[in-house]
Amino acid sequence: MSEFEPLIVAFFCNWCTYTAADLAGTSRLSYPHNIKSIRVMCTGMVDPKYIIKAFLEGADGVLVSGCHPGDCHYINGNFKARRRIKLLKEILPQFGFEPQRLRLTWIGASDGVLFAEIMRDLVLQIKALGPSQAKLAMVI
Amino acid sequence: MAITAKISVEAQDVLGSLRRFFEDILNTDDIEAVLVPQQLPMKNMIMPTLVTRPSQFGGVDPLAPAFPMNAARIVSRLARKPAGGKIAAVLRPCEIRAFIELVKLKQGRTDEILLIGVDCLGALQNKDYFQFAGQNPAESTMQFYRNVLQNKGKPIEGFELAPSCRACEYPVADNADVVIGLYGMEIGKSLLVQSQTESGDHILRQVNLADTKVPAARQDAIDALISQRSGYRDEMFARTREATDSLEKMSAYFATCVNCYNCRVACPVCYCKECVFVTDVFNHDPYQYLRWAHRKGIIKMPTDTLFYHITRLAHMSTACVGCGQCSNACPNDIPVMELFRTIAYDAQKAFDYEAGRSIEQEPPLSVFREDEFAEVVGIN
Repeated sequence: MSEFEPLIVAFFCNWCTYTAADLAGTSRLSYPHNIKSIRVMCTGMVDPKYIIKAFLEGADGVLVSGCHPGDCHYINGNFKARRRIKLLKEILPQFGFEPQRLRLTWIGASDGVLFAEIMRDLVLQIKALGPSQAKLAMVI
Repeated sequence: MAITAKISVEAQDVLGSLRRFFEDILNTDDIEAVLVPQQLPMKNMIMPTLVTRPSQFGGVDPLAPAFPMNAARIVSRLARKPAGGKIAAVLRPCEIRAFIELVKLKQGRTDEILLIGVDCLGALQNKDYFQFAGQNPAESTMQFYRNVLQNKGKPIEGFELAPSCRACEYPVADNADVVIGLYGMEIGKSLLVQSQTESGDHILRQVNLADTKVPAARQDAIDALISQRSGYRDEMFARTREATDSLEKMSAYFATCVNCYNCRVACPVCYCKECVFVTDVFNHDPYQYLRWAHRKGIIKMPTDTLFYHITRLAHMSTACVGCGQCSNACPNDIPVMELFRTIAYDAQKAFDYEAGRSIEQEPPLSVFREDEFAEVVGIN
């Protein structure tokens, strides 16, 4: 049987983490293909329903990543994102999603090396959790 | 100085005494109108009415176990702009708590509203009420009032209170301007009237009432009721968690949902003018459905049922007051309230928040601190 390859939906803020991903690319650093990145202007615009939809459609993990506290291009979007992630981490585990499947990180624009490292780590962790329940049962 | 007074009831006519009290309130200088539940003259149904003429309180009945809607929405409609006069709103505690949430969500103002909270005896589900009230709602209300107070909150013969009421630990409106107290008072003989704010004081000073002291039995009766309700609540939480702890079980829980969205319409704190689930965002192109079906081999139609409910939980659970109107509105008897209260309890605890407690407490998703929730950041 082939090894389980998780699907991770990642929301990257345009100003920090997306730029770091770009830097990782131009620096020819490699990271796993399991990460499907979605570029958003700010982590503060990631509505809980984007994350819920990703999970219900079978994502094995969801990552939201933006600027370090104090560095948000829109001053405080990342603080708002942190509260929403906190809320979802209260709600989703009640329906059987392991809390580790939803992650929030701060990766600055110049952290290309760190970006690639975190992506590799994350994929290993989600791999260890196994496939998401949404893949295994019919979801109405 | 808070006013504590009592209304003496003559000949067991509790509703008559309340009627006279509301007439007095309407006759004060400040109050332009009274919003109060009344039996409609054309049908045996209790609905909120807006009264400006003292002679129009004939069907006053705020004690009936009828709860056709959470009137916080009505109050918000009356209070979203200056109305040109103050309105006294006679509400259940959960209606007041929902209104407080709406005020914080900028859906109403308190300037022209005097909140009068009646001790809540609980309510039946809509279908049960029609059967219970029969041909004589006023008489059935009095029977209900006596039964509940005598049995210390136990349901009446042949009917159960709505599950939301059985699990409710807020029988008294701690945040109203004026409280009308039933618990701990002599059944059928006296009612308590207490002001809890300055505007409450101001109105009660203009009404001729006999001063009294809060009877010691009152707090005991309330405490006993709350502890009984909390017990039921915790048992309900455990049952609901067990029934929903995986997507498979959640799908079974909502299997009879037809995506009518009545629960959202009935929810007093779901305040968006247009919910995203009824916009074109969810009016998918036909080919989209086919693609989804192709990917999985089978999809349930209509789609997005769990997506809708979990999103609504994420959007509203921090504001849920547990009034139970979502369950009341469900055509297929899905226990929506049970799930909402269960999730809301943990969500509100995570932010040290209690929906409807006070105007000052900021809704969790409307604010943030720079230094908080470090535990949700990072991948280790």
